[in-house]
Amino acid sequence: MSTLGRDVISRTEAQVIGSSPVERTAAGKSFGPEQELMTINIGPHHPATHGVLRLLVSLEGEVVRDLKPIVGYVHTGIEKNCEDKSYWKVIPFVERMDYLSYFFNMEAFVGCVERLLELEIPPRAKYLRVIHLELNRIHSHLVWLGTSALDLVAMSMFFYCFRDRDGILDLFEMSTGQRMHTRYFQVGGVFEDIPVGFERRVRAFCAEMPSRIDQYEAILNRNEIFLRRTKNVGVVSRQRLLDLGVTGPLLRAAGEPWDLRKVESSLPYADFDFRVPVGTVGDGYDRYRVRVQEMRESVRIIEQALDGLPEGPWIADDRKVVLPPRDELSTSMEALIHHFKLVTEGFRVPPGEAYYPVESPRGELGCFVVADGSAKPARVHIRDPSFVNLQALRDMCLDGYIADLIQNLAMLDPILGGIDR
Amino acid sequence: MPDAPGLELIAQDLNQTAPGSVLDTYHEHGQACLIVDPERILAVLGWLRDAPSQEYRFLASLHGVDYLPAEPRFGVVYELLNMPRVERLRVRAALADPEADPSEPGRPRTRSGGGDQLPEIDSCVSLFPTAEFHEREVYDFFGIVFRGHPDLRRILMPEDYVGWPQRRDFPVGGEPVIFTHDEREVPRWYE
Repeated sequence: MSTLGRDVISRTEAQVIGSSPVERTAAGKSFGPEQELMTINIGPHHPATHGVLRLLVSLEGEVVRDLKPIVGYVHTGIEKNCEDKSYWKVIPFVERMDYLSYFFNMEAFVGCVERLLELEIPPRAKYLRVIHLELNRIHSHLVWLGTSALDLVAMSMFFYCFRDRDGILDLFEMSTGQRMHTRYFQVGGVFEDIPVGFERRVRAFCAEMPSRIDQYEAILNRNEIFLRRTKNVGVVSRQRLLDLGVTGPLLRAAGEPWDLRKVESSLPYADFDFRVPVGTVGDGYDRYRVRVQEMRESVRIIEQALDGLPEGPWIADDRKVVLPPRDELSTSMEALIHHFKLVTEGFRVPPGEAYYPVESPRGELGCFVVADGSAKPARVHIRDPSFVNLQALRDMCLDGYIADLIQNLAMLDPILGGIDR
Repeated sequence: MPDAPGLELIAQDLNQTAPGSVLDTYHEHGQACLIVDPERILAVLGWLRDAPSQEYRFLASLHGVDYLPAEPRFGVVYELLNMPRVERLRVRAALADPEADPSEPGRPRTRSGGGDQLPEIDSCVSLFPTAEFHEREVYDFFGIVFRGHPDLRRILMPEDYVGWPQRRDFPVGGEPVIFTHDEREVPRWYE
């Protein structure tokens, strides 16, 4: 057979094979030299990568045959900088890692230091933390829903979600003074009590949010384009996800009911009645359903926390760790000395190491702190869920279309600020 | 968390399966930790993962720590998790610095980043696939080499970076910032 003839035949075969990736992998065929692979670069600057993420993708036609995520473009050395700051100055640093779930970063670090100090925080502080954490979870999921739906060309979802997210930022501004990166949690409790009228506004938000979620589901749940793009796409088995260390909604969508709020939490989640949404298939659609349902459960938690909000102090009364009240400074010498020592040197933490995990919107967010007895941590390491979950992207995308890669990445919900730290 | 007696039992069993593997144990803040010999880390992690009484099948996290000036200097810390029992166990491999000066313990002979000898430990990617990114991160920041890692490259720092930035003797702010107006003041900045 002439060279030309062979070429024509191989091209025809390649077309037939390439049109159905599922069939082809089922047959277990390997690459021939005539099947051309093309390696292309996606990102780092691309709106669909949800940050500064670079993907090296090997394509056979439109089918992804290999994928390698390359990260580190927004690495700012936060962990190194933390070693040079006293404990209370580290809080704003860790907040800026995962910039959509800043309350969770704070809780992980602050909780870890409290564990090292063996400091018990007052019940009101715990409840206030839960309220803000769950508001933050809704906020994070709303940004995820808006941007992911935008990737699947549902433009209006983006506007609706950001409208509601702005409402949450208004609430944060009211209680903490900042819309993002609030530095609200302190070692020992929270910075300030909630202001008058905050509870009323949160209740109004909680009353409205379920109907808003209904509207979102009305847009997406039976949207044919959305269903076709997400159903049975990016399925990874539950065992493989566990091996890869994946946690959070991704793991729950695959059917594993693992939620740190239920099993080990030093915050009073046991007081609240809420359910853990779990998927069955583990495709993109399940991931979407799990996250949307989590928003409803968060609303329920906030309502119950407001109902049961205990009276009392909002920060612990340990003067060696917690700043004295402002009004005591002009009358009490002791308070002035404590204030001066805490602001200039900071508090010292006895030597030791601790790991403290919290359930962030993306999975297990753990903070590991090594204390050497001085006022500065010897090592702060954040186990960021996006960093670990990103390893599952290759398994999700392999032998699927490149259009599904965008969808898989959106449903993975990576935050590059958290990955790169 | 295994309690303090439970931790001692684990250490005893481990020393029977892999003699001399557990160097020390400690239990603080309600958390249990085994300090193990880095040469036997795979035996220890494999036993903790597979032994029917243990089954710590989930590696939650892996941290690198530089304990300068303590000896041994480095630690690779594994946070293991048993999901059904909700028990966490920390395993710390205590790694000595091959560049440490024996006459002056705790003080490295050369500036960090200049040395060629790096501490080495076996990679646990074969046991826990999730460790791939974690180990790359530890290598990137501490210069700890993981033998048998499938793709041991820098992950967060640039590929051509020299030095191990999270070591305690690496200065903060040691990197000159290049703008167009001060390019000439930092000779050979492009290297």
